[in-house]
Amino acid sequence: METDTRVILICSGKGGVGKTTLTANLGISLARQGLTTAVLDADFGLRNLDLLLGLENRIVYTAQEVLEEECRLDQALVKHKQESNLSLLPAGNPRMLDWLKPDDMKRIVDMLKKQFNYVLIDCPAGVEDGFKNAMAASKEAIIVTNPEVSAVRDADRVIGLLNTNAIKPVQLVLNRVRPKMMANQEMLSINDVTDILALPLLGLVLEDEQVIVSTNRGEPLTLNSVNSPAAKCYLNIAKRLQGEDIPLIDPAEESTGLGAKFRRLMQTKIF
Amino acid sequence: MEITLRDIINKLLRRQPASASTARERLQLVLAHDRSDLSTELLDQMRREILEVVAKYVEIDVEEGAVSLETEDRMTALVANLPIKRTMNGQIKLKEPKNKLEENPQEAEGTDQNS
Ligand SMILES: Nc1ncnc2c1ncn2[C@@H]1O[C@H](COP(=O)(O)OP(=O)(O)OP(=O)(O)O)[C@@H](O)[C@H]1O
Ligand SMILES: [Mg+2]
Repeated sequence: METDTRVILICSGKGGVGKTTLTANLGISLARQGLTTAVLDADFGLRNLDLLLGLENRIVYTAQEVLEEECRLDQALVKHKQESNLSLLPAGNPRMLDWLKPDDMKRIVDMLKKQFNYVLIDCPAGVEDGFKNAMAASKEAIIVTNPEVSAVRDADRVIGLLNTNAIKPVQLVLNRVRPKMMANQEMLSINDVTDILALPLLGLVLEDEQVIVSTNRGEPLTLNSVNSPAAKCYLNIAKRLQGEDIPLIDPAEESTGLGAKFRRLMQTKIF
Repeated sequence: MEITLRDIINKLLRRQPASASTARERLQLVLAHDRSDLSTELLDQMRREILEVVAKYVEIDVEEGAVSLETEDRMTALVANLPIKRTMNGQIKLKEPKNKLEENPQEAEGTDQNS
């Protein structure tokens, strides 16, 4: 029995900022490191984690049947083909939302804790019941946000909720970073976002077209395209979660050449 | 506040400042409100009452007075900015000493009264 299982909420407030993509890639990365990992799709209304992991055709039972005691947990868990350390617990029917209570989520997570080193909970967007149920089952959280005003504002809301529910540590992942725009000061900088939200930065993820390609295939980047810019970011985040001291990628160094030199010059601080 | 080479060039060319600083400022403002449970109406009422109190002692520009919430590092402060009117020779205009206020016009330095 695992007693030191880490249960991590992956949440954001705003929708579409990259929670599910992060959950899938972290799951693969941690499994790669030899850690048994369960990813739990808590977005019962709009489930997608199965699709991103390419497991949509292998679902027999879901969290719903487990809770209703119609099947055992191991019957519902879908093991990943290539990474056998990774399992998905699929979300049930959207109608689950009508009766699901925080205690149900706790029950599910308690079962998962017995078997896994990590339990990652892919949260629904928003701050309503779906999110609150998921929050009840977890101790620590990762906030995913984008360097955009609306995403940062919504993240702040969620951070407030996490604080009042004594969830910690809460760490930040800044997704969809565009080095060029940041250098041109047309995008909130990393410091802007960490200062405003007052959270430690677990990592940043570069904007990367390959993310879409990998979604098309149902193969997370960290599985087969480990050299793509975003994949490196996800792998680093997984290592940092494990306590490794991996320096942050400097977005300024991601863009090279004369243009980048010029942009760096323009960023010179005068005062 | 940091000022970069780009900011200066933008100023010289009378170009709009890069949007990141605008984003930062707007966020700081909106978050200060989000983080407090004060509604705009309550804040406005408070502003009027604070102005009334201050106006008992010094002549202030009621139209220009502003009370706002500002935030840094998840700490929120109530900031009142109350421009004090000055006399022709630059002194702060004190109200007529109703309750024996001493005639002691301070050297006027900076009209802004930050709290
Ligand atoms: N680093 C990235 N670079 C480019 N595209 C990205 C990146 N991260 C996420 N995306 C794209 O953004 C979209 C939303 O991603 P995702 O589904 O992971 O977000 P989500 O937060 O789970 O959304 P929801 O709130 O709807 O559950 C997807 O189309 C995904 O491909
Ligand atoms: Mg999602």
